[in-house]
Amino acid sequence: MKLSGAQILWESLVREGVTDVFGYPGGAILPAYDAMLAYPIRHVLVRHEQGATHMADGYARATGRVGVAVATSGPGATNMVTGIATAMMDSSPIVCITGQVGSKLIGSDAFQECDITGITLPITKHNYLVTTPNEVAAAVREAFAVARGGRPGPVLVDITKDAQQERAEFDWEAARPRLSEAYDAALPGDGDCLEAIELLNAAERPLILAGHGIALSGAERQVLALAERAQIPIAMTLLGIGSVPASHPLNLGMMGMHGEAWVNEAIQGADLLIALGMRFDDRVTGNLKTYARSARKIHIDIDRAELNKNVRVDVAIAKDLKAALDEWLPLVVPRDRSPWLARITASKGDSAVRDIQNLPDDGHLYAAHVLNDLWRLTGGDALIVSDVGQHQMWEAQYYKHERSRTLITSGGLGTMGFALPAAIGAKIGRPDAEVWVVVGDGGFQMTMAELATMTQEQLDINVAIINNGYLGMVRQWQEFFYDKRYAATPITAPDFAKLAAAYGIDATTVKTRKDVDRAVNAARTSNRAAVIDFQVEQEDSVYPMVPAGADLHKMIRRPSAIVETATD
Amino acid sequence: MIHTFTVYVDDKPGVLNRVASLFRRRAFNIESLTVGHTETPGLSRMTVVVDTDEYGARRLEAHLYKLVPVRRVDDITTAAYISRDLALVKVAATGEARTHVMQLVDVYRARIVDVSPESLVIETTGTEDKIDSLLEVLRPYGVIEMARTGRVAMARGSAPVRRNGGRSFPGEEIGGDVSSGSV
Repeated sequence: MKLSGAQILWESLVREGVTDVFGYPGGAILPAYDAMLAYPIRHVLVRHEQGATHMADGYARATGRVGVAVATSGPGATNMVTGIATAMMDSSPIVCITGQVGSKLIGSDAFQECDITGITLPITKHNYLVTTPNEVAAAVREAFAVARGGRPGPVLVDITKDAQQERAEFDWEAARPRLSEAYDAALPGDGDCLEAIELLNAAERPLILAGHGIALSGAERQVLALAERAQIPIAMTLLGIGSVPASHPLNLGMMGMHGEAWVNEAIQGADLLIALGMRFDDRVTGNLKTYARSARKIHIDIDRAELNKNVRVDVAIAKDLKAALDEWLPLVVPRDRSPWLARITASKGDSAVRDIQNLPDDGHLYAAHVLNDLWRLTGGDALIVSDVGQHQMWEAQYYKHERSRTLITSGGLGTMGFALPAAIGAKIGRPDAEVWVVVGDGGFQMTMAELATMTQEQLDINVAIINNGYLGMVRQWQEFFYDKRYAATPITAPDFAKLAAAYGIDATTVKTRKDVDRAVNAARTSNRAAVIDFQVEQEDSVYPMVPAGADLHKMIRRPSAIVETATD
Repeated sequence: MIHTFTVYVDDKPGVLNRVASLFRRRAFNIESLTVGHTETPGLSRMTVVVDTDEYGARRLEAHLYKLVPVRRVDDITTAAYISRDLALVKVAATGEARTHVMQLVDVYRARIVDVSPESLVIETTGTEDKIDSLLEVLRPYGVIEMARTGRVAMARGSAPVRRNGGRSFPGEEIGGDVSSGSV
């Protein structure tokens, strides 16, 4: 059967199970768009190609399926770069399809020509430049295999205009991936678990460090089984949140720079760290020289290159987490570790209950109030997509996620502007989920053009803007480390309620805590998109905080004046 | 320490760029990188020399295997291996100097591959040390230009190196071949 390269592209995507794509048309991708109309594909027209990549990313993280973004050559492709890098850092499987100028024009600086495979080489798992229709099916099929295989990540397929237009034989069977057996395969010795089990069974004060790999591997049940069987407390990374229920008694909460003080203290006091699908990012370790010095360390990660990268470990296992834990579980000796658990509980003191959420309502609206109330009103059951900054940390601290894949956020790259488009992708992937965007006034203004996409697609997404008139996290650093010299952090904004109204979206402004419930409930029950502009305390900071590169146990705590008020 | 890897890659456009980009991106310093065809059509072989510690070498190997066109990586650093570098050296040599240079070429078992009234071109193959040494003795006569290939390396014996990174090609059987000894 002879088809055009463009038809082969869609035939291949449909066979890979693709039903939704996020994109923006243009000259070099026009043949593909023309052919698309004949296929059962929902195309979401974005307002900027960066949005398309974040949507594909949000779609992938919400569903576990590969997200697809489409753009034209040149500027369309370069606009994708931030989204691709975001997906790379957070191991999110997306496939980006870009048009390219005709193969005869490559290298001639033709209109809208750009070397996008060169540009994205270090931020993709792999990429393809396709110059003939014969290669289209194999490239697409391999792209999906690479994107979802091993440690997932982004793959880009750049297809020249003539490769889309010319015709070739379409043979799906012949296009099956020919990845070498060596690619990303286990090496001898990668999976040895006996030494790890010995360490684990002998440990008095073990601690599980739970990362994004748990959700990616689908190992939620195994991790919980391990923790319960051996009575091991669990500390979460930002992207690990949700993979263990927040209400589980062994779940201590988040670790790291803005983690709970008792979690960081537990890491520093443990005699064994069991790192599961996490990568010892500098935001969770602080100063590596003083990090968990009393602990032996076991590290399981599917990506061998993560092992012994930042932290030297005693046992390094390169393996799919679920498979590794299935092997472990029968060998783990059930054990009472109540002295260790009691020690952690004691170190909590009253710090767990005396932070800002318990402040009496003195007329000020604090971001923590908003997040805490949002959690209470949604029963911890919403799919939250947070942006980057202070609100992201407050969300992680105050919204208690009970289920896997209910927090989507840009962790590794820290991409402001991620949340709104990622939420659009998440909602399209999981239309039944109650989706909330939690975003600052800075990040929202980076990609708020996607409100139009939300309207055009008639998506019931609720947007909570945590508006403090500052680039808050940077302002906080200036307050702590730059003598309160607020260089370029005060930021103005339009009237967000009016802006949303202009897009045909229900909107309201909230300035006091008593109005939070009403606004959230109205948004939840409307079956339409809603934007709530929460105008919160302007110069609040996220506590506790481990300054960049400082010892993990040396945290900046909330100034005592406020704590005293709380305990009154 | 200095690590020497041999890396088998698909012979496709852009592969050298992918490998070089990996080293740059991960802040590894390449001392030498050579690439050429192998006995198998469609397969190229790189010899990469990198200054890194053991952990760095293991991570580098892991990163290389994450590149789709990479088929096999051998770290032959601790194996018995032969390494060779080839150099072409153009030396200014007239009159009496020319005789001296020719004698040096003999001592080093190098070859003169071009002669002109004002200069000689010397070809030499060997370890980097040997070539460096020849270069030192030639320098006083006036080295006009030089081109070097960088290191190519191969493990001794009949079987490819089987370190923890070593593996066979798909479908290829590598038994317990005993090395036939070094030559």
